[in-house]
Amino acid sequence: MTDQPVLARPTLRQRLADFWDSDIAWSFRHTPLAIIAALVVLLIFTAALIGPWLAPQNPFDPGSLNLMDGKTPPMTPNAFTSNSFLLGTDDQGRDIFSTILYGSRVSIFVGFAAVSLALAIGVTLGLLAGYRGGWVDSLIMRIADIQLTFPSILVALMIFGLFKGLFPVGSHNDLAVPVLVIAIGLSDWPQYARTVRSVTMVERNKDYVSAARIIGQHPVRIMARHVLPNVLGPVLVIGTLGLALAIIAEATLSYLGVGVPPTQPSLGTLIRVGQEYVASGEWWILLFPSLTLLSLALSVNILGDWLRDALNPRLR
Amino acid sequence: MLAFLIRRVFQAVIVMLTVAFISFSLFRFVGDPISTMVGQDATIADRQAMARELGLDQPFIVQFWRFIAKAVQGEFGISYRVGRPVMDLIQERLPATLELAFCAAIFALVFGIFFGVYTALRRDSWLTKVVMTVSLIGVSLPTFLIGIGLIYLFSVELKWLPSFGRGETVKIGGWTTGFLTESGLKSLILPTITLGLFQMTLIMRLVRSEMLEVLRTDYIKFARARGLSDRAVHFGHALKNTLIPVITIMGIKLGALVAFAIITETVFQWPGVGFLFISSVQSVDVPMMASYLLLVALFFVIVNLTVDLAYFAVDPRLRISAVATRG
Amino acid sequence: MGDALLEVKDLVVEFKTRRGALRAVDGVSFALKPGEVLGLVGESGAGKSLTGAAVIGLLEPPGHIAAGSVTLGGERIDTLPREAMRKVRGKRIGMVFQDPLTSLNPLYTVGEQLTETIRTHLPVNQAEARQRAIDLLNDVGIPAASRRLDSYPHEFSGGMRQRVVIALALAAEPEVVIADEPTTALDVSVQAQIISVLKNLCTEKGTAVILVTHDMGVIAETADRVAVMYAGRIVEIGPVRDVIKQPVHPYTMGLMGSIPDPQGGAERLVQIPGAMPRLNAIPVGCAFNPRCQMAIDRCRVERPTMRRIGATDVACHVAGPAETTP
Repeated sequence: MTDQPVLARPTLRQRLADFWDSDIAWSFRHTPLAIIAALVVLLIFTAALIGPWLAPQNPFDPGSLNLMDGKTPPMTPNAFTSNSFLLGTDDQGRDIFSTILYGSRVSIFVGFAAVSLALAIGVTLGLLAGYRGGWVDSLIMRIADIQLTFPSILVALMIFGLFKGLFPVGSHNDLAVPVLVIAIGLSDWPQYARTVRSVTMVERNKDYVSAARIIGQHPVRIMARHVLPNVLGPVLVIGTLGLALAIIAEATLSYLGVGVPPTQPSLGTLIRVGQEYVASGEWWILLFPSLTLLSLALSVNILGDWLRDALNPRLR
Repeated sequence: MLAFLIRRVFQAVIVMLTVAFISFSLFRFVGDPISTMVGQDATIADRQAMARELGLDQPFIVQFWRFIAKAVQGEFGISYRVGRPVMDLIQERLPATLELAFCAAIFALVFGIFFGVYTALRRDSWLTKVVMTVSLIGVSLPTFLIGIGLIYLFSVELKWLPSFGRGETVKIGGWTTGFLTESGLKSLILPTITLGLFQMTLIMRLVRSEMLEVLRTDYIKFARARGLSDRAVHFGHALKNTLIPVITIMGIKLGALVAFAIITETVFQWPGVGFLFISSVQSVDVPMMASYLLLVALFFVIVNLTVDLAYFAVDPRLRISAVATRG
Repeated sequence: MGDALLEVKDLVVEFKTRRGALRAVDGVSFALKPGEVLGLVGESGAGKSLTGAAVIGLLEPPGHIAAGSVTLGGERIDTLPREAMRKVRGKRIGMVFQDPLTSLNPLYTVGEQLTETIRTHLPVNQAEARQRAIDLLNDVGIPAASRRLDSYPHEFSGGMRQRVVIALALAAEPEVVIADEPTTALDVSVQAQIISVLKNLCTEKGTAVILVTHDMGVIAETADRVAVMYAGRIVEIGPVRDVIKQPVHPYTMGLMGSIPDPQGGAERLVQIPGAMPRLNAIPVGCAFNPRCQMAIDRCRVERPTMRRIGATDVACHVAGPAETTP
């Protein structure tokens, strides 16, 4: 290993070519569903990111709303104001397209933040448990086991309820988003910890890790250099699937009325509001946010599924 | 085997104690029980009297012990929101949730196992592709959207089935059941599908992947080499081996139904405990939240113990060396 | 070869991959007489197990027979429909797998698995099948067979389990048994017992055996004839004494060099430099040419065909009649 000839550093071009030729890129190019899903995710993410500049109006600035525009069907001029809206308006005259852009922002932000939190906790504890073993391992895994006994939505609800009880009523609306992130993130960490732990335990016992340990490398360095890279693949897969779950969890909590407040709605809140108008015929208020949520969650799930199959060719 | 069972029961007790501890901590530290009981503007003397009455002046561990002792007798205090004993409220509403969860469990199991086996055996048929695609959509579809979609289709558009509530119920002893009336049964259909669909897709995918795994094993190859019929290989050998590891996970998934019922009950305004719980979270009704948590934990523990027992019934390896093979 | 029971002709097994088809078995031909034991030897990856799987029709996709034929008792079986082939398996061709620990379904008793196999192929009732199962267990040397019938596989030791596997393979008295590395997973101390159980039973019942192994010692003791495989091709096939004592193909010579001969202690062990090529990089001409010390230019261009040298058939341009390399 030591007297290998010095290889020329690959150029960027070469690297791109290598990547293009790699199994994962090949699999991607040959999975139309994954390509479509990636495009949908990209589209929704971009739309959400530049939402405020893209939206025809700021639907949560009362000044920009006209009650007369209320309940306008999609692509039809309003009877009083003859304003036309791409996806119609709700009872307050809010443009549905704009509410979706703003709502997706909240949903995606909460989803990413929650997954990041769950990842940070899960990977750290998983590495620790897998590497240290012994009572540290038992303790962490017992906690994870107990928590896994309960569906994460229940854990998230409990955490949410706790925060509501601990903080004064006035701060609830401001704290809603961070509390949601914490509730969903805390409810999701055990699955990351479990995966990371099992991979770590396998790697830990490999000869090169033992060798690194024997020559006295610092455990943190060993984990970062040798263990973490092996953990990355599985974590990426469950992270992607976890993002879909987190987005759904956020929507569910908001739908249940314990998530973000109506003044700062996410897709779940929009659906909750929209449901009230189904029986009276204003289907668009419900339909478009639902479709957005569905295509977002579905696309992320398809990507995650594809990634799992691509990284684990045995199952193909 | 006995050692294994004792260990499992011991674990169950630990879980219950942990959950009880969390519940109790909720009770003790979230909100201010004294203010809630005596009102914000009570005198200090009043508050102290109340604290003594509630036992809040006692050391923490004594309070915890009392909490458990009461909980075992089914006393969980008074709901802040409704002002009635929590246990009464739960008892009224438990049948609705259990009947719904039961139907959803049967639905999820029957269809989940059927489709799981089918898609594993006929990997390349068009129906498999359809089922797999639909299941992916099913996993991505939040439960509440499924419920809303079903309501829209079958209640609003087709007007075949009721969109909310349990319909007419019959009271038998302390149990109200919707199984005995037509409207009760009709009302069950949509919530059952809503609640069961997600678990069904999970079970289906689990059965499928486990079955594919089993079909690759040597004993299946050997069974084929012995010239056994496809039927014998698939259903005699593969299915039985598939279901063993699946049982545990199915137990947990089905246990989750009671908790997931929260969402379904909200969508269909189903008068069960989940609906009760959501209201209590919104209004920070701590005794209600705490007892719901304990109730769900108890349910899970019972389900898990049952699953462990089921293991013994199906796996001969466990009957001999239970502790050695399962860590 | 008119009296052949099983005849494999120009068998090609390929695996479809995204980078084209990989040939794992390439033009293998051999014939098996009734009651004969044919050893199939080679390194792992030489295609010997796949040849066995192809014969019994149990190749796992994406593996498939791309060319050639398999004939059993004059009837072509590689083209049989699924259901007809199923009736051949177990009834006319039995198979013993490598690992007895994983070959038996852990959830059924040994007796259940035996009677199930017997009743699939023979017109007997449950009681008769059970009696036959007991006889079979006796035959393979399991003590207290009638009592052990109701035990689960995990209650047997590895060697005993392999005896059960042999009993299962022989349950319907097939004409051919394919034994795929039947002793590799076993303790050295029981390997000889298992081989003798297999050999004796097959001799007794007149069953022909294809014994797939990389263990030349097992072949020397058991086989009548032996076929040596390299990179998916048979390089030498002939009576076992000739192949072992007087190997002709340079690869066989190297292979024989790797079992020390107790009599000729003075002979030094020959080592073959290099390793078997991967399936996607099989050399042009003779597959062995890069490792062969005797290779000539022709070996790098033209694939050798089988020719008879002494008592054996050899695929080599160079090899001549029985002269060992120094």
